[in-house]
Amino acid sequence: MNCTLLDVVLFAPFVGFLAILLAPRASAKTAALGISAAIFLLSLGLVSPFFGQGHGGTYFETNIPWIDTPSIRYHIALDGLSLWLVILSTLLTPLCVLISWRYIQNRVKEYYAFLLLLEFGVIGVFVSMDLFLFYVFWEVTLVPMYFLIGIWGHDRRIYATVKFFLYTMAGSVLMLVAIIYLYTKTGTFDYTVIQGLLAQGRVTLSNAEQIPMFLAFFLAFAIKVPLWPLHTWLPDAHVEAPTAGSVMLASVMLKMGTYGIVRFCLTLFGNAAHQCADWIVALAIVGIIVGALVAMVQPNMKKLVAYSSVSHLGFVVLGTFSFTQQGLDGAVYQMLNHGVSTGALFMLVGYLYERSHSLEISSYGGVARVAPWFTTIFMVTTLASIGLPLLNNFVGEFLVLQGAALVSKTWVAFAALGVILSACYMLWMFQRAFLGEASEEVRHHITEINSRELLAIAPLVILMVWMGTLTQTFLPSISAANAHILEQSKAGVEYQVKTTAPELAHAR
Amino acid sequence: MQQLWLIPTFPLLGFLVNGLFGRRLSKSATSLIACGSVILSFLWVLKSLSALMPLEQVHIETCFTWIQSGFVNIPFEFSVDRLTAVMLLVVTGIGSLIHIYATGYMAEEDGYWRFFAYLNLFMFFMLILVLANNFLLLFVGWEGVGLCSYLLIGFYYLKLSATTAGNKAFIVNRIGDFGFSLAMFFIVVQFKTLTFQEVFKQAAALPVEATAGSLTVICLLLLVGAAGKSAQVPLYVWLPDAMEGPTPVSALIHAATMVTAGVYMVTRSFVLFDHAPMARDVVAVVGLITAVVAATIGLTQFDIKKVFAYSTVSQLGYMFMALGSGAYAAGMWHVVTHAFFKALLFLGAGSVIHAMHHEQDMRHMGGLRKHIPITFYTLCAAWIAISGVPFTSGWYSKEAILGAVHHHAPWMYWAGVITAAMTAFYVSRSMFMTFFGEFRGHGEPHESPVSMWAPLAVLAVLSVIGGAAFNIPHFLEPVLGAAEHGGHDMMLEVIGSAAGLLGIALAYVMYVASPGMADSIADSLGGVYRLVYNKYFVDEVYDAMVVSPTIAGSRSLLWRGLDAGFIDGAVNGVGWLARTIGGGLRHLQSGNIRSSAAWVVFGAVLAVLLIGIAGATMTGGMGR
Repeated sequence: MNCTLLDVVLFAPFVGFLAILLAPRASAKTAALGISAAIFLLSLGLVSPFFGQGHGGTYFETNIPWIDTPSIRYHIALDGLSLWLVILSTLLTPLCVLISWRYIQNRVKEYYAFLLLLEFGVIGVFVSMDLFLFYVFWEVTLVPMYFLIGIWGHDRRIYATVKFFLYTMAGSVLMLVAIIYLYTKTGTFDYTVIQGLLAQGRVTLSNAEQIPMFLAFFLAFAIKVPLWPLHTWLPDAHVEAPTAGSVMLASVMLKMGTYGIVRFCLTLFGNAAHQCADWIVALAIVGIIVGALVAMVQPNMKKLVAYSSVSHLGFVVLGTFSFTQQGLDGAVYQMLNHGVSTGALFMLVGYLYERSHSLEISSYGGVARVAPWFTTIFMVTTLASIGLPLLNNFVGEFLVLQGAALVSKTWVAFAALGVILSACYMLWMFQRAFLGEASEEVRHHITEINSRELLAIAPLVILMVWMGTLTQTFLPSISAANAHILEQSKAGVEYQVKTTAPELAHAR
Repeated sequence: MQQLWLIPTFPLLGFLVNGLFGRRLSKSATSLIACGSVILSFLWVLKSLSALMPLEQVHIETCFTWIQSGFVNIPFEFSVDRLTAVMLLVVTGIGSLIHIYATGYMAEEDGYWRFFAYLNLFMFFMLILVLANNFLLLFVGWEGVGLCSYLLIGFYYLKLSATTAGNKAFIVNRIGDFGFSLAMFFIVVQFKTLTFQEVFKQAAALPVEATAGSLTVICLLLLVGAAGKSAQVPLYVWLPDAMEGPTPVSALIHAATMVTAGVYMVTRSFVLFDHAPMARDVVAVVGLITAVVAATIGLTQFDIKKVFAYSTVSQLGYMFMALGSGAYAAGMWHVVTHAFFKALLFLGAGSVIHAMHHEQDMRHMGGLRKHIPITFYTLCAAWIAISGVPFTSGWYSKEAILGAVHHHAPWMYWAGVITAAMTAFYVSRSMFMTFFGEFRGHGEPHESPVSMWAPLAVLAVLSVIGGAAFNIPHFLEPVLGAAEHGGHDMMLEVIGSAAGLLGIALAYVMYVASPGMADSIADSLGGVYRLVYNKYFVDEVYDAMVVSPTIAGSRSLLWRGLDAGFIDGAVNGVGWLARTIGGGLRHLQSGNIRSSAAWVVFGAVLAVLLIGIAGATMTGGMGR
């Protein structure tokens, strides 16, 4: 059997998971760091084929049977859409090990094991080309995150985990229903086969079938994104999660939702996606604005960042459902941007928490006086988050809004309000927490960023600048994959137009 | 190739070195790096321009592809034409002088290196703004200078008023940028590109819009952006507060360069505005209102920097009047002369404040001309220039604007003349209060060091001869075309000049000849005076009508009501229901992976059953 690099990158975290469970407690975190860093370096090898001609295409495909009946295949592959999300996951895992280094003191082995299991799950989600396999990985991610919050979280962790679990379960059960229904229609779980069958018209889905199936998939993903008004699990989960949990949740797990929408909702049910686009865009824009307004009045830093995520991810959904090259490119770019800058924000807030055990903005003030470098890094991250040009978010927001403008000037006029509001909530928080005179409390607790913390955040800061200026490293491969996806989603629309007409005539 | 990219790169390097290692560098090393990088960039500008002269065509240099997605292609591309050349010289020239001045002014301050790092970063972004060959790259500089403005206004970050003013500047500018970014999106929708030459070439081929069309919308949105950056009504409120920053910042960013970016941007897009006369009229009216409103406030302030801040707002309004009248070249001329005399006014004010040990209230000054003569005599140059005394720099550009405005709409001309008189009055007033009469302050005022007065002297010379020496409208003809209206109207110039002299004379009477007259006039005006003195309560109105309702609504309605109350209430209700009905769900929490998997399989079986039922009904439904 030929084994591709992608197989190795996918299963290495699982092997790491087992290894850490078997390793002695004392060496657990060192092992976790070594393994996850090695996986990251390995995963960089995945980039190479995407820098060839045209940047497009699907690589590292493995397609072998897993279970005979029903026919479930181990089918994984990588294209420009999944590539960077996989690398984001492999990058953030070692960083999460680093930021947990001192904070996690009890059940250390299990903690790091779960972190690697989570990495295994999310990579699996991003590379699965078989719907059932996808679903399995989707559920696998739930388990470690459930425990990361439930065991190592803060006071109200049980409430947060149950809420997180219920929300997600509700969505994914519906998705499973739709997956199985697709199976009954096509006789396969293989995404590429199903997509081909639908595109060629060898299997037809009537509108009455397509819309509920689209919605079933979409709901599962929208909860994960989270799309307003399905977002209320997120602030609670973030506030209760340990820092690394928040980082993985925001940076990687939310992207499972947006990834799923782009990968499956658009290509399998292009017609339904187009039909529902107006409603979804409306929710996305409401999310952008309301998320930002609610973030503005949060007294708790983590909640503020969580609500800002609702706002930022509204941009991703908006771009996706503009069905334009620019909008979709911006959406995918924004997924990565959000992973980098919001991940960094959660890290920094976590550093503060480790020092003074408070997430309330009002308990800080004057941090700049005692920890100038820490403040500088926080400032850069803040600026990235509010979309300052030459930093990463600007590129994504520009493309998303440009894509939206090509469809509707009203959409973009409302969505762009989010850019004003993001400056408000971030700068007000920055002022209250970092500027002014330092209180006794702050002087006593807050210390300058240490080298381990710096090592964890530095890659993200570098990426903020890199992704804001040298976008050509990332965008061409993303663009190529998106062009293909748009083609497929359009094929669905045209096909539907062709077939529904005679059907209607027949019905009459 | 002139390696144009080097022009912004020098200050960027200065920023990086001072920003990363400044803490460990000596003050002289920091100054050398900061000033050296800006001077290098000035020299590189001179070298490039002399090689490119006569520069009748635009010269373009592409660095790399910045953003590429579908048909949208945004290169990182610089260009130089005569308009850029003017801005480049002003920015790097005056920038160099102010950097040198700041080494003296900031000598005693903590965070010396931080200050110069920010100042260099500002130069970097300002030069990007000026050199950009497309709207998006211009926007990079645009937002970037806004950031530096924020950082420098809040330089004294221990002071709440300073950090609040910084936030206000950034957020109000963001409102402007909202308009600017929408304009860009619509430009792409219309023209499929953001590169200047291509946009303007296509726009020139379009008919002039008699009614509000897409170009009018684009221009109005650009105006929103320009109003934010250049402090026009109704977005001017951040600029007076920006005086919280150190005085060299007020001179460089909030007088000479950044705030004129809006004028530059509109001038750059003059083809668009010429095709949207309605939008141009709005520009003129906005400029007029700004000029008058700010000038009246300037009449009543006692903080020397506040007076000059409102003066800046008012002068920017003047420039917008010129733009709205189609006299882009006159507007740009005023950008240049204003950069000379207003930078000088602020630096002189800085010298006064320095001499007075951080006293800014003019009521505690007086008689300073004997104590700080160099500052006084250099400031006199700025005084006569801004007052429009004939043949000074300000006179040339002001008369050019007034002439064009008269050509456009005579009633606006008269408002402009009155504003000119008010301008001469308030500047004279501040000069008289500061330098004449008896010394009313404490301590012993001392003259500033040579690093501070040498730049003052250079600017003083420029303020006097800058108009006669640099005929900007003529120089800009290859870019903007020849002025549309005819030669000089002697009568208009006489009236304009007389207005300025009248203002000076009136101030002399009220503050020198018969002191006390000003107070009695203020008393007799009562409520009107208080309204103006309190800046028409605009900040209070904005706060009551926009800021407070937004925050209160977000907190009580959106967060506590909708989010925590309604949505979460529903979710918790469902959760409670689920727990009550299926207590067995608890087993999910066992944490055993195998049992988790079992649940997945169980769920799948259940789902297949459901699907079967659903599918049967659905296909059944279709069959009928």
